[in-house]
Amino acid sequence: MLVTILDVVIAGLLMGGLYALIAMGLSLQYGVARVLNVSHGEFIMLGGMITWTLTAQYGLSPLLSLVFCGPLTFALGYLLHRTIFRRLAATAESPGVFEGNSMLTSFGLMFIIQNLALVIWGPEIRGYSYLAQPVNIGGALFGANRLLTMSVALVVGLVFYFYLARTRMGMAIRAAAQDRGAAAYMGININRVLAVCFALGAALAGIAGILISISYPVNGLMGFEYTTIAIIVVVLGGLGSIPGSFIGGFLLGLVGSVVTYFEPGLALAAYYAIFILLLLVRPTGIMGN
Amino acid sequence: MRTRGVSLKKIAGAVLLGVGVALLASLTLYASTYTVILVTSILMYVILAMSWAMFSGPTGYISLAPAAFFGMGIYTAAVLGLKLPLGMVILIAGLGSFCLALLVGALTLRLKGIYFVIFTVGLVELIKNLVLWYEVTFTGTRGRFVIPADNNTIYHIMLAILVALLLTAYLIRRSRFGLALQSIGEDELAAAHVGVNVNPLKTIVFAVSAIFMGAAGAIMATRWSYIDPYIAFNPLVSFMAVLMAIFGGLGQFYGPILGAVIMAYLEEMLITRFPYHYMLIFGLVLVATIVYLPGGLVGLAPKLRNWMARVRRATPGG
Repeated sequence: MLVTILDVVIAGLLMGGLYALIAMGLSLQYGVARVLNVSHGEFIMLGGMITWTLTAQYGLSPLLSLVFCGPLTFALGYLLHRTIFRRLAATAESPGVFEGNSMLTSFGLMFIIQNLALVIWGPEIRGYSYLAQPVNIGGALFGANRLLTMSVALVVGLVFYFYLARTRMGMAIRAAAQDRGAAAYMGININRVLAVCFALGAALAGIAGILISISYPVNGLMGFEYTTIAIIVVVLGGLGSIPGSFIGGFLLGLVGSVVTYFEPGLALAAYYAIFILLLLVRPTGIMGN
Repeated sequence: MRTRGVSLKKIAGAVLLGVGVALLASLTLYASTYTVILVTSILMYVILAMSWAMFSGPTGYISLAPAAFFGMGIYTAAVLGLKLPLGMVILIAGLGSFCLALLVGALTLRLKGIYFVIFTVGLVELIKNLVLWYEVTFTGTRGRFVIPADNNTIYHIMLAILVALLLTAYLIRRSRFGLALQSIGEDELAAAHVGVNVNPLKTIVFAVSAIFMGAAGAIMATRWSYIDPYIAFNPLVSFMAVLMAIFGGLGQFYGPILGAVIMAYLEEMLITRFPYHYMLIFGLVLVATIVYLPGGLVGLAPKLRNWMARVRRATPGG
């Protein structure tokens, strides 16, 4: 009994670490740049597919992919913000119009990135084996790759947190999130900060994609499911709150693990049910105000 | 002069619409089966885009729930198709979608902006997963068969739904409810202050727009003949409706029709041969429309007119 509980909890936490990482990226993009980026999952997919190519085709270590995919997705995000979203912000008559338009645009980006990937890699499900040997935690068995995924997710999450809390750019980001106008008067280059936020969100998604590919099979169509999970976690934690996303990720991972234990077919339905109830009862989430 | 100009325009519009409907209604007499099936698909997208624009156009609430109502219609046809005549099934599908939308609208239309959008996305996924779980657990199979109907019957029913939709949309648009919806879109608080009963109005129009999506789903199911939750509650249906309406332009009554006809024709031409490339084009059109063409295709017309007037003024003696 105790082992079963431990089993369920650890599986939930392992999944939760990934969810937290994915959600933090989305939270940064929405909380500061005000883009509810529906193509978030596609950056995850890009990270996963590129890592598969590097590992399965060229025999490189998936961890090496971090130094490649991270900067690549960062650059892609930066470019997208500088070209598309900045223009949208300049032409929108109100913040509400910008939010609506930027979200619809990100739907378009989702189709573009997803189908480019399908043209390049095809729809086949891809996977590779890396550190697949089991590890015993208090009687419950888990793959070493899952533990690696979880620890890298935690490290990246912590680094990211200290980046926001301790560096100049992190301070500028927090200032822009609080009051964009006032931040601009303090001499912060708002357009640059927003682009960096969007790019960081994309890079976090890319890194999450690498980690997912270590433990799970990937394919060109996987993005949207992770996007919806990210949105659920972000709403759960409070739109725009980064600690909220972090906690929300682990919470949703636990819920998913518990529901899967009792009724595997209902895990996704449970996510959406939580999400819809939350929107109705407390749309600001657990950490929002 | 002005009133006469307007009434002339109205008469011309009515005549054009009448001729168009008559031409479309008699299509089965002279066109090939392929053409009839093609036009049926186009009509389906016109219905989806138009009924989406009926609510979301004036109010500015971006609903991604069309797939939920469309899927509701599909499942009505799958469950009741054996027991009831086709006309009844379609009526029940419309009514069912109306009730679902009424419930959803009453619960959620007080959510603002982005919250409403993500709620509607979640709704489609929730229903899909619940139906999937129910089918696998209780009926033991994932999909269902639908009693197929004759191509010409499907076509005529689709056309009838479209005509009913156009009439409803037109009547709502020119009534005081249309004006009230517009005022909600411009400033909801101000609308409430001048006496618009904001929440009931939004909910009713949202629910009325869902009737046509449900009815279209029910008749489309008889053509597909096999359905499962992934086919019925495909979020792409919502995106298509939104893209087509925005691509055509929400500023004019005929904007969504124009957008739907063009995009649906493109889809029919490209999707079987180049599915990934079609979706790629779909995404590019969506991004390009929002970034460079916020008024859609119909927003181009005044720009063109201005440009021509400028050219004429610039030409000596013109």
